[in-house]
Amino acid sequence: MVLVETQNFASLQEKNKKNKNNMEVENAVKTGEVAEMEKMASQVRRDILRMVHACSSGHPGASLGCTEFFVALYSKILKHNTKFTMEGKNEDLFFLSNGHISPVWYSVLARSGYFPVSELKTFRKLDSRLQGHPATAEHLEGIRIASGSLGQGLSVALGAAQAKKLNKEDNLVYVLMGDGEQQEGQVWEAAMYAAHNKLDNVIATIDYNGQQIDGPIAKVLDLMDLAAKYRSFGWVVIEEPKGNDMQSVLNVMKKAKSLTGKKQPVMILLKTDMGYGVDFMVGTHKWHGQAPNDEQLANALSQLEQTLGDY
Amino acid sequence: MKKYTFTEKFDTRSGFGAGLLELGRTNPNVVGLCADLIGSLKMGDFQKEFPERFFQMGISEANMMGVAAGLTIGGKIPFTGTFANFSTGRVYDQIRQSIAYSGKNVKICASHAGLTLGEDGATHQILEDLGLMKMLPGMAVINTCDFNQTKAATIAIAKYEGPVYLRFGRPVVPNWTPKDQVFEVGKAVLLNEGKDVTIVATGHLVWEAIKAGEILEQKGIDAEIINIHSIKPFDEKAVLASVNKTRCVVSAEEHQMNGGLGDSVAQLLARTNPAPLEMVAVNDSFGESGTPEQLMIKYGLSAQNIVDAALKAIARKSK
Ligand SMILES: Cc1ncc(C[n+]2csc(CCOP(=O)(O)OP(=O)(O)O)c2C)c(N)n1
Repeated sequence: MVLVETQNFASLQEKNKKNKNNMEVENAVKTGEVAEMEKMASQVRRDILRMVHACSSGHPGASLGCTEFFVALYSKILKHNTKFTMEGKNEDLFFLSNGHISPVWYSVLARSGYFPVSELKTFRKLDSRLQGHPATAEHLEGIRIASGSLGQGLSVALGAAQAKKLNKEDNLVYVLMGDGEQQEGQVWEAAMYAAHNKLDNVIATIDYNGQQIDGPIAKVLDLMDLAAKYRSFGWVVIEEPKGNDMQSVLNVMKKAKSLTGKKQPVMILLKTDMGYGVDFMVGTHKWHGQAPNDEQLANALSQLEQTLGDY
Repeated sequence: MKKYTFTEKFDTRSGFGAGLLELGRTNPNVVGLCADLIGSLKMGDFQKEFPERFFQMGISEANMMGVAAGLTIGGKIPFTGTFANFSTGRVYDQIRQSIAYSGKNVKICASHAGLTLGEDGATHQILEDLGLMKMLPGMAVINTCDFNQTKAATIAIAKYEGPVYLRFGRPVVPNWTPKDQVFEVGKAVLLNEGKDVTIVATGHLVWEAIKAGEILEQKGIDAEIINIHSIKPFDEKAVLASVNKTRCVVSAEEHQMNGGLGDSVAQLLARTNPAPLEMVAVNDSFGESGTPEQLMIKYGLSAQNIVDAALKAIARKSK
């Protein structure tokens, strides 16, 4: 008896040690992984600022705020193929509903290998494929629908998700919306439709930065308890308060993934800071749609390490 | 004057329903979406036979247009169904951004267009939809005249790559075009050859144009009659060839003068070969409640109005 117990204890100890080692190794990998992603985020933020500066227009605020989301999505979450097809068969799809934050999307698409990084310099210029707001007409790889007029992206994502189900594909459809965008009625038509039809292959995220053009959302037209609203519409809602912390963003997206396939659409309310990463831009709506001048750009870039080489 | 007869009257929307059912049986990519108007749009048979390919959207037309756009990404050919007003004006920006600008293969199918919706009145009687839709780059715009043509058009647009607006109506009207017709998007149909005046008509006004042709014949006037089911692409060649012969035109449609078929004809004539044009259309006004017949007379959209317009056009030509 005793012998058996001892043996058991020893093997248990051995097992625990192995587990601990594994966990440590895993954590180390994670740290390395997250460090890589943070490096990419720094470069993406530089791209955003240089892009909007070069054409003296565009929307840096929420682009900077959503950088962790895009980097995490494209580097670790999305099952995607950079050899782009419109149909995206057997791939996960992503739709950007708040199309004005195109700079962050273009940068991440380019840095993920969808099109040459050098093309970022054409942003918002004549004959560019990088239109002010995302478009399909110029056949930019990675873009499947035009957006910019707010409120439409969730509906499109739901249609794409229903097509995936009809085609018996088990891939997921992701969509990002703004929080101010939630004031659009169509969003709630879509929210109702998604839950009624049990579209459990959809993960929506709201960039919950609390700002819109005319000021804080709470002042312009308060969303009140947004989580409760979506829950009452039949969604599973996860709230992530640290939307600019890479590890937290990665974790919440993995969690969202684990909640799919359960007969309910999944919503992430991702608290971010508009303008994150640049001290004089952070936390205000002032930089929603405002490009920095030469001096401001130099100041901003001095705060962000060039990690992958500027375009 | 070539004789056109009919044995039955049907509504054009039933032609849509029949066409959609046939498409369901022949094309597995065709899917149907409807915003709480399945009966009115005659989509019930499709829904029954293909429940997994039919989506009840509820009263959410904006969402319907977005979902339809999304479905095309997965290779589907969505046919959306609601009244013409809610298919266009209600969702113009959704169609503009998510469907037209994005080049999505969505078929926007719209019933109860125009005055012949009748008693529901002006809130529902859209007379601006053809103009709204034809202004969108890349959007094909089709307005059919009877059951057979609507059925043929419904089947044909599934094979046409790109966004399409298909407009039809509520009332029962003569079913007189051939059952086995080949429907070609963008191709005018010559109904009667004549030399004195060209009548181009679309939708419910095509039958009125035939009746007008018969009245004109009794007055010794030889009218060339063209059925324009495709407002866009517009068969400029067919219209120009006819005008070169007759030297004057009447357009006839159940739509505002602004933005409709007459407007396309006027542009064409002004650009190429000016000739007198008289437009039978609603002149900058909303509709009202009444029976379809009463309304078509009150708003000047009857065979007699076409006859009067033809006489006027001919008189202007001789000056
Ligand atoms: C239908 C529509 N109305 C208005 C605008 C103009 N607009 C662009 S961005 C924006 C504010 C959006 O707020 P939010 O979704 O919170 O995005 P953020 O300010 O965080 O970038 C507005 C009003 C638009 N693009 N579309």
